[in-house]
Amino acid sequence: MIPTSNYLMLSAVLFTIGVIGVLTRRNIVIILMSIELILNAVNINLVVFSRQLGSVAGQVFAIFIITDAAAEVVVGLGILIALFRNRETVNADEIDLLKW
Amino acid sequence: MLLTQALFYFFAVLAVVSAILVITRRNAVHSAIFLIQALLAIAGIFLQLQAEFLAAVQVILYVGGIMVLFLFVIMLVNLDIAVRQVQFNRQWLLAIVTALVVAAEVGYGLYRGKEAFQFPAASPDILQPNAQRVGLALFQNYMLPFEIASILLLVAMIGAVVMAKRRL
Repeated sequence: MIPTSNYLMLSAVLFTIGVIGVLTRRNIVIILMSIELILNAVNINLVVFSRQLGSVAGQVFAIFIITDAAAEVVVGLGILIALFRNRETVNADEIDLLKW
Repeated sequence: MLLTQALFYFFAVLAVVSAILVITRRNAVHSAIFLIQALLAIAGIFLQLQAEFLAAVQVILYVGGIMVLFLFVIMLVNLDIAVRQVQFNRQWLLAIVTALVVAAEVGYGLYRGKEAFQFPAASPDILQPNAQRVGLALFQNYMLPFEIASILLLVAMIGAVVMAKRRL
């Protein structure tokens, strides 16, 4: 049996890659994909602790997180389409109307 | 035992490499394809952790639903100009250093506290039959969160229609 800490390490690495993607990329579509990576890293944590504790609650919460991810992507991409129609850009750092 | 380890490292390396490719590709379609690969590798890890139902949900919902939505939006939004632009913003160096510091902190903690996770694991067949256990937990103990999630999906659906509609 693979020790739990290996899964946690994998989860931490995926989370870090996701955070780097969110913080460094300009394209909003790829920022949303990085958020998906972060949510999947959390899911790995939940499922491995579900195995460790012998309780199915972690898997149930992982299903809720997948639901949340679906809702977030739907609204985010809707906003992206509305934004592209008005501003003709998909770069996050060009949308700075509220920046002083 | 050896097969279990080999499968774990295969899926882990596949997921990490695909994730790195997701955030470095210039073309958003390539990023989406590599994200599909990473999600499938994570589904393999779920399968290895005896979460069969969750692996199936991951493949059907993420790869079949969310990623198709991503690809549709990439085709709707014209990304030909974005491919030729600078891909990283000005704070990229600071961002990478900060994220790596956080990762090193978490990794050091996990490495030092490895013994903390060594409490006796539950017997592996306690989660079987998996779909039945998950379904019972969803409809008995977690009924209220389940209903709230359905309302969340309804709100997201209405929100997406309102956002994407040209004129209400």
